[in-house]
Amino acid sequence: MRLFCACAVLLLSLTALGNARADEDLRPLVDALGGGNFRETAGAVADLAATGNPAAAPVLELLRAGDLYTRRSDGVVVRGARAGRDIALSDVFTGEELETVGRREARQIRVNNSLRRDIDAALGQLTLLSPDPRVRAGAAQAMFNARDSAALPLLEEAIAREEEPEIMERLILARAAIQALHGESDSVRLEAIDEIAQRGDREASALLATVARDAPPAVTEAAEAGIAAIERRLALWNMAQNVVFGLSLGSVLLLAAIGLAITFGVMGVINMAHGEMVMLGAYTTFVVQEIIRTSAPWLFDWSLLIALPLAFLVAGAVGVAIERGVIRFLYGRPLETLLATWGLSLILQQAVRTIFGPTNRQVGTPDWMTGSIELGGLSLAMNRVVIILFALAVFAALIVFLRRSRFGLHMRAVTQNRAMASSMGIRTNWVDALTFGLGSGIAGIAGVALSQIDNVSPNLGQAYIIDSFMVVVFGGVGNLWGTLVGAMTLGVANKLMEPWAGAVLAKIFVLVFIILFIQKRPRGLFALKGRAVDA
Amino acid sequence: MNRPAILAAATGLLMASTALHSAYAQETIKVGILHSLSGTMAISETTLKDVMLMLIEQQNEEGGVLGMQLEPVVVDPASDWPLFAEKARELIEVEGVAATFGTWTSVSRKSVLPVFEELNGLLFYPVQYEGEESSRNVFYTGAAPNQQAIPAVDYLMEVEGVERWVLEGTDYVYPRTTNKILEAYLKSHGVADEDISINYTPFGHADWQTRVSFIKDFGAEGKKTAVVSTINGDANVPFYKELAAQGVAASDIPVVAFSVGEEELAGLDTAPLVGHLAAWNYFMSVDTDANYDFIDTWLEFIGDEERVTNDPMEAHYIGFNMWVKAVEKAGTTDPDAVIDAIIGVSVPNLSGGYSAMMPNHHITKPVLIGEIQDDGQFAIVYETPGLVVGDAWSDYLEGSKDLIADWRAPMSCGNFNVATGTCGGSGS
Repeated sequence: MRLFCACAVLLLSLTALGNARADEDLRPLVDALGGGNFRETAGAVADLAATGNPAAAPVLELLRAGDLYTRRSDGVVVRGARAGRDIALSDVFTGEELETVGRREARQIRVNNSLRRDIDAALGQLTLLSPDPRVRAGAAQAMFNARDSAALPLLEEAIAREEEPEIMERLILARAAIQALHGESDSVRLEAIDEIAQRGDREASALLATVARDAPPAVTEAAEAGIAAIERRLALWNMAQNVVFGLSLGSVLLLAAIGLAITFGVMGVINMAHGEMVMLGAYTTFVVQEIIRTSAPWLFDWSLLIALPLAFLVAGAVGVAIERGVIRFLYGRPLETLLATWGLSLILQQAVRTIFGPTNRQVGTPDWMTGSIELGGLSLAMNRVVIILFALAVFAALIVFLRRSRFGLHMRAVTQNRAMASSMGIRTNWVDALTFGLGSGIAGIAGVALSQIDNVSPNLGQAYIIDSFMVVVFGGVGNLWGTLVGAMTLGVANKLMEPWAGAVLAKIFVLVFIILFIQKRPRGLFALKGRAVDA
Repeated sequence: MNRPAILAAATGLLMASTALHSAYAQETIKVGILHSLSGTMAISETTLKDVMLMLIEQQNEEGGVLGMQLEPVVVDPASDWPLFAEKARELIEVEGVAATFGTWTSVSRKSVLPVFEELNGLLFYPVQYEGEESSRNVFYTGAAPNQQAIPAVDYLMEVEGVERWVLEGTDYVYPRTTNKILEAYLKSHGVADEDISINYTPFGHADWQTRVSFIKDFGAEGKKTAVVSTINGDANVPFYKELAAQGVAASDIPVVAFSVGEEELAGLDTAPLVGHLAAWNYFMSVDTDANYDFIDTWLEFIGDEERVTNDPMEAHYIGFNMWVKAVEKAGTTDPDAVIDAIIGVSVPNLSGGYSAMMPNHHITKPVLIGEIQDDGQFAIVYETPGLVVGDAWSDYLEGSKDLIADWRAPMSCGNFNVATGTCGGSGS
């Protein structure tokens, strides 16, 4: 063990020594990056990649991130970090701090898309033999994207050395991509095409389409056959993908509507300010993230979980205040309630606009909600999966709460027969206030989730109010299960129609369908039976 | 003090204040600011109200105009189109403003247009729009389609080698007209029908899953594909979030947008969007002293280091300076005199050159293409070599290619048909 440590230290110090010397060799090449136009910079990137020196990789990464600057005074390329109106300069290789200058004194080296592709290809070449498997995997992907025939020998070497099966697969695919495009003979190209066709996804079919565009007839034919096979396979998955999109839209509708299912569905209050409760939840998330950003950045991944109870409390408290302050004087007067709550929604919007400003606010996405899962031919975006699961969890929790808790019992008793509940000793006033608070609080929770996919702006709530009413009315007023089925049905129907009808028409069709449906079944999908209907 | 004395004192005070008021009124020139401060458009327009107040304050510090101080009159049309017309009337008839700076959406401009023409007011319109209009009383300081959309498409064709196009827009007049122009332009450059996909979504469209998935598929046909986005307002944020969630990278399928600027990006984590493009006539990252001075003044005025500057703000900067110069040239704020004097007036813009007011009431501007950076700014990757003259009537549309606008005597016509030689050809 000790021997191993000593060896490692020796190796590290040797590498460091080697790097120091390599840095000096690389410096003129690095300074050439600040050539002034994209073509010169691209040339310098190619020169850096050609050295094969791993010390060039971090520099290229800085360039890609837009962190390299040319100092006006002497034209030296340095690393820069913006701080307000100033730029802090440091050495490219050592990171040693040099000076802080005004933003007019250093010019950022700009990167455009084609240069970014060049950098990725160069980085792929420089890091293909890296000891870190994750870096190697990224490099293999970069080689696949670049399809540069000059990299073939390097790729062969990497394939010979690779031990991880997953990276091996990617490397072979990258080789196949190069061979399919630039292979010397038709037989090499046909073999490569076979290899790609087996991968069977969109990326593969895109690559084959490129191959087919400019090739001898035999190769074109094989590539087209490969594309056709992939298309057949993907056609089925496409249908499934649309259903998944529909469920995802349905879960968003469910989240937005479920609070309304309580305030409108159970209590019968037409609450036009419901959307603003959603907005308050989203702004609570923003405030929580702001505080975490400034005082406890390591908590960021938990920010949404922290925001959940707070959003519930904030929106719930506002809900209780609205019920006590306005709505309780208006029970049984739907038109006045509608106007009063609509006025409240405008007041809340303008209040938020005054406090937080009219512009959108940035709510970040925690790492565990980014990326996507591949499931067969399906590609599920992680944030959508989380929102679907979250909506179902909120729904289940609410059902259990209403069925099993004492407050749920009181609530159901009051809505079914107010006079009798009151004579049994239930304080109906309080039940009303807390029920309204519960509905509003759940809207607040929805706001936390929606902040991940929509704008956090004062107008956030407006976008959801119509849809929410639609879901509740369609599903059946007063029935939570109806809301679930209604939301999912509308979501899936919308998404199945959108590909051929377009978003505008799909929405119109859904509205027309609901109007016809309500004519036939005025009480929605799941009509409540019994005395509650007449109350 | 007895009662008559109090009465006399009160009367005196009242008279004094009236006299003071009228004296004050004589010494100021009123400037109207017609931007929504509440409702859906407040997100974009509030900033423009602030920048106008800043410009007026600056001008007053330098001694005002014609030796008189400027007095801003701010009204709030609340994102309500008919209210725009009422407020415009109030500004001109009741307040007697010399010029008005305002409106954002095309529908609000169309709503106030008859008012300005009837009462002979002056309107400076600072936002990029679909063209196909030239009014004697309106000065269009934002970009016409040939100052934004067409150079952007040229850039994608030449630099990125794009052969396949998705034109994605919100369903209203600006995207529909712009896309019609672009479609005609692309076809004239040999792009086939099946390589163009045009789609419209409703205002505030929030669920982009299907569209982004379609764009991915459309781009997987072996030809380089790009998206030209005329998506408006709030729908942009969910669109970009969905692009990021489905992993559409700019190096594969770049999106070039005409309505996304620094203000819109402020509500987004831009790290996954690096490389997507926008075309404007100004970016906050423009590297000139004039721009740095403008930014410094703006940050001091607004008192918030995090605020950004954007293209419509520069348009107001240019428009306001043009109006000041025209008033000084005419020696009066009389609208007819200013309309005559302003044509040919040229003032510095913020990108290091000069912008001039053309006879068609549009201005000359450079066109810049920027790529989104991870700090929410744009890196400028292309700039037209010279200034581009705003074209009121597109050369690529059937109904408008024979029309020109020229408000100089003797033509004085906003839609002169060069084919028939008459004023008042087709078009609005």
